[in-house]
Amino acid sequence: MRFAVVVFPGSNCDRDMYFAVKDALGEEADLVWYQEADLSSYDAVLLPGGFSYGDYLRSGAIASTSNVISQIREAAEAGKPVLGVCNGFQILLEMGLLPGAMLSNKHLKFMCHFETLKVENAETMFTRDYEPQEKISIPIAHGDGNYYCDEATYQELKDNRQIAFTYENNPNGSVGDIAGITNKAGNVLGMMPHPERAVEALVGNEDGLRLFQSILTHWRNNHAIKA
Amino acid sequence: MPSKLEISPEQIEQQKLYSEMGLRDEEYASIKDILGRRPNYTETGLFSVMWSEHCSYKNSKPLLRKFPTEGPQVLQGPGEGAGIIDIGDDQAVVFKIESHNHPSAVEPYQGAATGVGGILRDVFSMGARPIALLNSLRFGSLKQPRVKYLFEEVVRGIAGYGNCVGVPTVGGEVQFDNAYNGNPLVNAMCVGLIEHKDIQKGIAAGIGNTVMYVGAKTGRDGIHGATFASEELSEESEEKRPSVQVGDPFMEKLLIEACLDVIQHEALVGIQDMGAAGLTSSASEMASKAGTGMTMNLDLIPQRELDMTPYEMMLSESQERMLLVVEKGREEEIAQVFRKYDLEAVAVGEVTDTKRFRLEHQGEMVADVPVDSLAEDAPVYHQPSAIPAYYNDFQAMEPYVPTVTDYQYTLHNLLRQPTIASKEWVYDQYDSMVQTNTVVSPGSDAAVLRVRGTDKALAMTTDCNSRYIYVDPEVGGKIAVAEAARNIVCSGGRPLGLTDGLNFGSPENPEIFWQMEKSVDGMSAACNELGTPVISGNVSLYNESFGGQAVYPTPVVGMVGLIEHTEQITTSHMKQAGDLIYIIGETKAEFGGSELQGLLEDRHFGPAPAIDLQIEAQRQNQVLTAIRSGLVQSAHDLAEGGLGVALAESLFEQELGCEVTIDGDPTTALFSETQSRFLLSVKPEDREAFEKLIPEGRVIGNVKGDGVYRILSNDQVILEDQTTKLKQTWKGAIPCLVKSKV
Repeated sequence: MRFAVVVFPGSNCDRDMYFAVKDALGEEADLVWYQEADLSSYDAVLLPGGFSYGDYLRSGAIASTSNVISQIREAAEAGKPVLGVCNGFQILLEMGLLPGAMLSNKHLKFMCHFETLKVENAETMFTRDYEPQEKISIPIAHGDGNYYCDEATYQELKDNRQIAFTYENNPNGSVGDIAGITNKAGNVLGMMPHPERAVEALVGNEDGLRLFQSILTHWRNNHAIKA
Repeated sequence: MPSKLEISPEQIEQQKLYSEMGLRDEEYASIKDILGRRPNYTETGLFSVMWSEHCSYKNSKPLLRKFPTEGPQVLQGPGEGAGIIDIGDDQAVVFKIESHNHPSAVEPYQGAATGVGGILRDVFSMGARPIALLNSLRFGSLKQPRVKYLFEEVVRGIAGYGNCVGVPTVGGEVQFDNAYNGNPLVNAMCVGLIEHKDIQKGIAAGIGNTVMYVGAKTGRDGIHGATFASEELSEESEEKRPSVQVGDPFMEKLLIEACLDVIQHEALVGIQDMGAAGLTSSASEMASKAGTGMTMNLDLIPQRELDMTPYEMMLSESQERMLLVVEKGREEEIAQVFRKYDLEAVAVGEVTDTKRFRLEHQGEMVADVPVDSLAEDAPVYHQPSAIPAYYNDFQAMEPYVPTVTDYQYTLHNLLRQPTIASKEWVYDQYDSMVQTNTVVSPGSDAAVLRVRGTDKALAMTTDCNSRYIYVDPEVGGKIAVAEAARNIVCSGGRPLGLTDGLNFGSPENPEIFWQMEKSVDGMSAACNELGTPVISGNVSLYNESFGGQAVYPTPVVGMVGLIEHTEQITTSHMKQAGDLIYIIGETKAEFGGSELQGLLEDRHFGPAPAIDLQIEAQRQNQVLTAIRSGLVQSAHDLAEGGLGVALAESLFEQELGCEVTIDGDPTTALFSETQSRFLLSVKPEDREAFEKLIPEGRVIGNVKGDGVYRILSNDQVILEDQTTKLKQTWKGAIPCLVKSKV
């Protein structure tokens, strides 16, 4: 399986994402510079964390106007897995591929530590290798991770089972303790915690690895059916 | 030569305008000698920044020469952007520490942020990818509103910059003392990783080659920053707020990636960042090191503001700028590399064989001085030194030996001292994990990062207990180096070398100069004994605030060590119930400069704890051997607050308990700060093997699963508390101080 890691100016978790796929998952990955990207040949698109364009204007806002965005939209429409982590999640929100918006953390400080997440929906292509309601420990590292949406949108997220992960101890003030959501079709996931930082016991734990394995399992199953 | 609007050379001399730029009468006179004429306004500016203490080390050079700087592992010693040490497999570690004290005192957010930016550039300009940041911070009492503001903003500034550029902030230290009330210390250290073949130098070699400018445009910010950093802080310092630069971490991130690309390009000859004294220092140093000259056309310098004068351009300390020398005719290839990142590389000058530094502006030659006179010929002062009266008094004192009766109360009080208390409030704001190499994050003795693609890891720390250095600079200097090495060893690493950040008051005060001299003597002795050469460093003097109150002498040690196998990585946290607790080293009643003394007396006095460097080296070797043999579950050095505090800190992570029996006077056994002591935990089945390696190791108790911290003396329980309660005190102290309304 081939993963594209889209690199924007100011992305800084791009290499972490690349190593997570290449070394921990053992699949192919490319770092794709946003201006030179041709995403058509990839099976999955990963939008890494960081501070694209320095988070100037709004987190993810400037990146969401760049040329590569139309290709990301095409990949999403084609049903390919599209994962945005941290700044990548913010970009997906700014693009409108996911509903809602990001506010500054409720205590107005950047935070970096492990948080316990609950897998709210273990049936998505990103979470199928987790147990339903399983608790996992994944690092967060963000200043603007306070997810906001209105009441109606929140109800819709719940009704459609779009809430993939919630925080056990909400660290940032997110509506409904939301840590990660998918689109209605379930092939676009945005999450603030960093699964790519939790793929090796030596540097933390392996709780994030199963997210990547889920994508792979899903892809293999799909290919088996097609074949 | 000078433009008509400019102040004339005669006026500069007659009205002594040079002294406003920080030059002394005799320095001005020697500039006149060098040039054979009066310098114009721009030239006076060039000399004033290059001859400032910050750039020339004119007061500290004679002391810096005392440091041992060589060793088989050293690939690059002091003199370049950062020092380099070999770690095998054609890889090397690059590191340096730098101060940003003065800017942080007047504009803490930007002062701290640009401190981080500057030290990053020193490291990636060597060709290394920055892999870690550390910070050594000193603040006054958190009970003062201004101090609280400085503390919060400095931390936010470090976070704002470091987090954005994607380099993890993995460690450091924060200490608090009234001595820093008016003048905080902000020292940032960066560690980079490099392949030997990629090592760059900041040289302007090859006559005819092109000088290129890349990065942010030059503005009027930071003009005369280096001179500002070479003066005491005063009421007028507020007015120097424009001397503080503004950082743009996004630009820095682009520069990091672009420069790491460009070093792979064969057309690149030399590269250096524009740090203190901006264009002036980078350009003149690059030419001076290569034995060449340089001509620049200032009209070509990318400018952020209209009508900038040559003086302003040359002295600006706008951030995120680099100077490159590239092969003539290949400028476009280099520019191409930067264009990918939307950065413009502009040809601004040429390397010449004249050995002169010439600047043109609007068709006029606005400066023409010998290159070496700027970079090499700054005067060197051998300042007089005098033993301060306080030191003689302290030496003559009977040792201070306090007696406390309520050990539980005292332990809580010590754990609540902000210097000892948990720094989670600080480091939670730093991205400590990006790049996914962080094995041991902030909170243990040293931070540990694995070297991706190998089984090796790097341990890194910053240390300096300035209280010991104040009471006895020579002994304190030894302790600073020894403690840093102890922290590396406790993490399973062999200390490789260090970078020093020397922070003192005014060197023109003989008593301060004596503190500098003695602490450098002490540090050098420890470096020699422990085999840790000084490979880079920084000097920050004139750390004095209103009323001539100097900070405690604070020569910070930033040290890096090599862990040969990741399985040998060790932390200070005890691991499981049943393990034996060992103390290595005997405990004497030594409280001069201790935390307990500060707590009980609100000041520091008396002789510092003694240190025998040979014993220190021997114990460090023993402990490292035991760790490498796989016999050690946890290792912690005994530092501030002594055994009582070290035991508590070792139990917090897993909220374990302990039962420990102490000998002799309980106050001394629990809270004395005798040096060269280690606290280790060992599995019972490893007892024999461990004691064979460290025969003088003494079992004082064991780790318990009941979560109770219990100390016995003469078969009586003298201290008993829940580990979680101690942890609450320790964890809650700084958030509580920050929140309280004073």
